Amino acid sequence: MAPIIEVRNLTKQFGKGAEMVTAVDSVSFAIEPGETVCLVGESGCGKSTTGRMVAGLLEATSGEVIFEGKNIKQLDSAAFRRYRQTVQIIHQDPYSSLNPTQTIRQIITAPLLRHNKVKGKSAAEARALELLEVVDLTPARDVIDKYPHQLSGGQRQRVAVARALTVDPKFIVADEAVSMVDVSIRVSILTMLARLKKEFDVTFLFITHDLALAKYFAWQGRITVMYLGRIVEDGPTQRLITDPRHPYTQALLSAVPEADPELAHHKREIELRDAEIPSLLALPRGCTFHPRCPYFVAGQCDVAVPPLEALPEGGRVACPVRMGERISLLV
Amino acid sequence: MASSNLDWQTDDKREHPAPLTLENVHVSYATRRGKVRAVRGVTVDLHAGESLALIGESGSGKSTLGLAIVRLLPETAEVVPGVITYRRDGREIDVLKLKPNEMREFRWSDCAMVFQAALNAFNPVLKVWAQALDTAKAHGWSDKDAVRKRLVELLEFVQLDPKRVIDAYPHELSGGMRQRVLLALSLLLNPQVLILDEPTTALDIITQRTIIKLLRELKEDQHFTMIFISHDLAIAAELADRVATMYAGRIVELGTSEDIFYRPRHPYTLGLIRAVPTVSGGFEQLFSIPGSPPDLVELPPGCKFHPRCAFASERCKQEEPELVEVGPNHTAACWNWIQVEDELKRNPLHRGALNVLDTAVVSEEIA
Repeated sequence: MAPIIEVRNLTKQFGKGAEMVTAVDSVSFAIEPGETVCLVGESGCGKSTTGRMVAGLLEATSGEVIFEGKNIKQLDSAAFRRYRQTVQIIHQDPYSSLNPTQTIRQIITAPLLRHNKVKGKSAAEARALELLEVVDLTPARDVIDKYPHQLSGGQRQRVAVARALTVDPKFIVADEAVSMVDVSIRVSILTMLARLKKEFDVTFLFITHDLALAKYFAWQGRITVMYLGRIVEDGPTQRLITDPRHPYTQALLSAVPEADPELAHHKREIELRDAEIPSLLALPRGCTFHPRCPYFVAGQCDVAVPPLEALPEGGRVACPVRMGERISLLV
Repeated sequence: MASSNLDWQTDDKREHPAPLTLENVHVSYATRRGKVRAVRGVTVDLHAGESLALIGESGSGKSTLGLAIVRLLPETAEVVPGVITYRRDGREIDVLKLKPNEMREFRWSDCAMVFQAALNAFNPVLKVWAQALDTAKAHGWSDKDAVRKRLVELLEFVQLDPKRVIDAYPHELSGGMRQRVLLALSLLLNPQVLILDEPTTALDIITQRTIIKLLRELKEDQHFTMIFISHDLAIAAELADRVATMYAGRIVELGTSEDIFYRPRHPYTLGLIRAVPTVSGGFEQLFSIPGSPPDLVELPPGCKFHPRCAFASERCKQEEPELVEVGPNHTAACWNWIQVEDELKRNPLHRGALNVLDTAVVSEEIA
């Protein structure tokens, strides 16, 4: 199947001169319709910047975002409009992503009318009510005339999803979409998003720092791990979680606190050579993980950037030194 | 780890009397809408050398309770009724009756609070050394050389390079370094009890792990008595001996970490555990708790959890349950805890180290 979104050598730099940082460095991946891909990594790894470039909110310094086979920079205005509607983004903070002076009715009906999805106010209202039901804000009549501040964080995030759905998207970038929602509510939002996947054929790029959530949401999909602007490993979720090959992925998985006391006390301890993450302003040469990596090979890792190579078990790994070695994350 | 020269009592203190006892503690905030009843009758003993985690969602009262112990609540808050007793070396202190100068003494020398490592936990114009000296002086310790020596030891203990950190401003440090500096500063006056409010929240995963390791060392090697306050169940699983689940201002379940994670008896605890995935455990279908936390100004009658509870019966709507024994050293405040136990027999939790990830068992539900 042809990818719905593909990025090739996507690079984003901010600032200039000595202050310049490369937030995303030559990232390439393709996502097919119906897939669920999680982009994971710590703060500063470039996952959100990548998501924003995919959604067209940020222009790449170099490289391409390809939508249905065409570079988005070369789309004519009608095709570009279709791209902007097909690809939607849901932000982390539902407190700042909704206009506080508008009612939910205004927030949902405005894009419906603006993009001629419905004709007339009453049709817009009917559709808005429908969409609120889709995101489990029921009964929708009780919600539609409220202001964002009258809703909980979880409910606001549902409104943000309903608003994204107004333009019939086929690809949603969810950037830390449940990070600010209370633990007990998170799963219901994930389940709702998973339902959209089935009912509306929506493909997800789910960006999160939370590996446990990534595992859960993309259990049948893929995970892509970023570190300091580059992809270090990707692959089918079940392979990546049980058999990670890049030392950074291994370090990350072994470091995740577990909500289970026995698991918590049986996790392998991976000792890094340096606890601190390097600054984007002074990135190490070669593999950017080398100053921290327990398997560092002098003269190799600190010289050339290791390429992402295909792994027979699925996915790609940017570590020629360790990609053939399995380790157990539990001891 | 360089710890022998830190003059902490490294003996096992678990036989000593409870350093902290909370009896029927209530906290309310005065607001325009009315009284926000943030904590409603919390009674708990903190055993010497143990680590207790207070878990719950926002609004459960866990942070308010932590602040009440060191009396750092805003002026709109009122702690009535309630008794907080602190014990050290045969002394017994009624914390809520301390005068302001006595309170200052207590706050860092006996019971130190470590806040989430945001920049605003520091004075932005003071270097780390000046912050430490300020703290020491405020507690009547003016021997600069001694303070410096102590600070260097503590910075080394939290695995920071004193030379690099001591003359740094807070903004020059990473989040993980700031959290470690805060931890070092909190130990400056050799407190007996540490209260840590969301000690790893907002830190990156690998940094979280270094903090967890450090806190485990404080617990296991130094036998500090600690209270962890977190919305993150994983922090409780990683660090706590005992866990208290809080909901709408009350402790609704209290037990060992294993009791809480493997044998929960309160529907809210069970709900939280079923809502949180693990990374290395098996794939497990997760469930949310329906509804949202109650309005603390207008609390529902009866058990405050009943509007969200699958086990709720008529009685739950009228009478608020007290903590009752549901197992050895394990209490829960639920009229229907036996039904929760039965539910777990029918649908066991897939938890524990033996239940590791098995890719052959795949749920289709979320796919």
